[in-house]
Amino acid sequence: MLKHRVIPCLLLHNGGLVKTRKFGNPKYVGDPINAIRIFNDKEVDELMVLDITASRERREPNYALIEQFAGECFMPLCYGGGIRTVDHASRLFALGMEKVCLQTAALESPKLITAISERVGSQSVLVSVDVKKNWFGKYELYSAASGKTLPQSWMKFVRQAVAAGAGEVVLNAVDRDGTMQGMDLELIREASAALPVPLIAMGGAGSLADIKAALDAGASAVGAGAFFVFHGPHRAVLITYPRYHELETLLGDK
Amino acid sequence: MIVIVDYGLGNLGSIAKMLKKIGAEAKVTSDPRELKQARKLVLPGVGAFNHGMSRLRETGLQEALNECIIGNGIPILGICLGMQLMTRRSEEGSLPGLGWVKADTRRFRFAESEPALKVPHMGWNEATPREGSTWFAGIEKANRFYFVHSYHVVCDRPEEVLSVTRYGYDFASAFECDNIVGVQFHPEKSHRFGMALLKNFVEI
Repeated sequence: MLKHRVIPCLLLHNGGLVKTRKFGNPKYVGDPINAIRIFNDKEVDELMVLDITASRERREPNYALIEQFAGECFMPLCYGGGIRTVDHASRLFALGMEKVCLQTAALESPKLITAISERVGSQSVLVSVDVKKNWFGKYELYSAASGKTLPQSWMKFVRQAVAAGAGEVVLNAVDRDGTMQGMDLELIREASAALPVPLIAMGGAGSLADIKAALDAGASAVGAGAFFVFHGPHRAVLITYPRYHELETLLGDK
Repeated sequence: MIVIVDYGLGNLGSIAKMLKKIGAEAKVTSDPRELKQARKLVLPGVGAFNHGMSRLRETGLQEALNECIIGNGIPILGICLGMQLMTRRSEEGSLPGLGWVKADTRRFRFAESEPALKVPHMGWNEATPREGSTWFAGIEKANRFYFVHSYHVVCDRPEEVLSVTRYGYDFASAFECDNIVGVQFHPEKSHRFGMALLKNFVEI
């Protein structure tokens, strides 16, 4: 039977690897090539690399760096950050990316989602949606590039993205990012019930039990950053990934 | 020299990189003349069946491939869409396939009595090889390979099925017919399991 995926998510910032907290305070955690090599050796299910400043700076992906990632990676690799045209995406696929992840361009118009998915198939086009709770506890759509919440409904945005051709949705709870305090299960439940495509839930995973809870809430996969790069109460940098049989036992795939 | 056929569809970079990692000499080409110099060929592919077939036709690669595979018996490995193109036809497209194997490509269809699984079949799954296959030599039983597909191959001859995988039901995740082998999964994205399979391909 098909197994749930547990996906380390790495954040690029000026060519280095960082981990954020609630989308702020990027802390340097190391060299990306080295980290990718370690995750490859640990035989992770899939890897996601997001350049968190590309869209903010209206910059294209750093193809030279991404090509080096692909050379170290013998598992599916997804890249996001600064993709604004079909040509950008095509270049990334040619470098060996399995999937691309869109947000900023998708918030402006769903056209790019359709154009890329028509070319490569929807299974390779992910749309990431960041959701933040407001003062009243209501979920709001958040734009990572501008750092602001948007008036549009997050659910409407996700539905439109899927209708436009997104094959998977990456759902990140901004308030949980980097906290390792547990995932937003209510949000995951709401999204997975409404979506016909696989949901990758992110934000707040701090233990295997948190991952299991998110999968039980309906996520097809769980992405995490801090959980795989920090160790101990002082958040020392140490790259880890559970052993495969641990995941199998925990997730009940076997 | 292993030649990876470039017809504009697929992850050529990652296949070349894995072959390089296992020490095989490999080259990516879209030139039909270069195919004939190959010791072995790889037909990759990600995308739609019709698009793939029309690209092979337009580029003159179909003719060159037929000569290499049927005429000269050069070993070839088809990956994902590359495997499906080797069959006679696909429910995904109207164009005929290469027709090298007695097989068709069909969409995943689940019986109404069973809970419908999501299509595409995407993620890691096991391939159960037939007994004594050299292709799967050295790969443990509890293996895992990476799949992304909505269609799968159905072989006329059970003896040509090289491995089966279960997604709702058992389907042929690999076939072998003389010099022609196809795999539905992506060995280039399947860690040491895929690496071992490609190593077997290089060394067989």
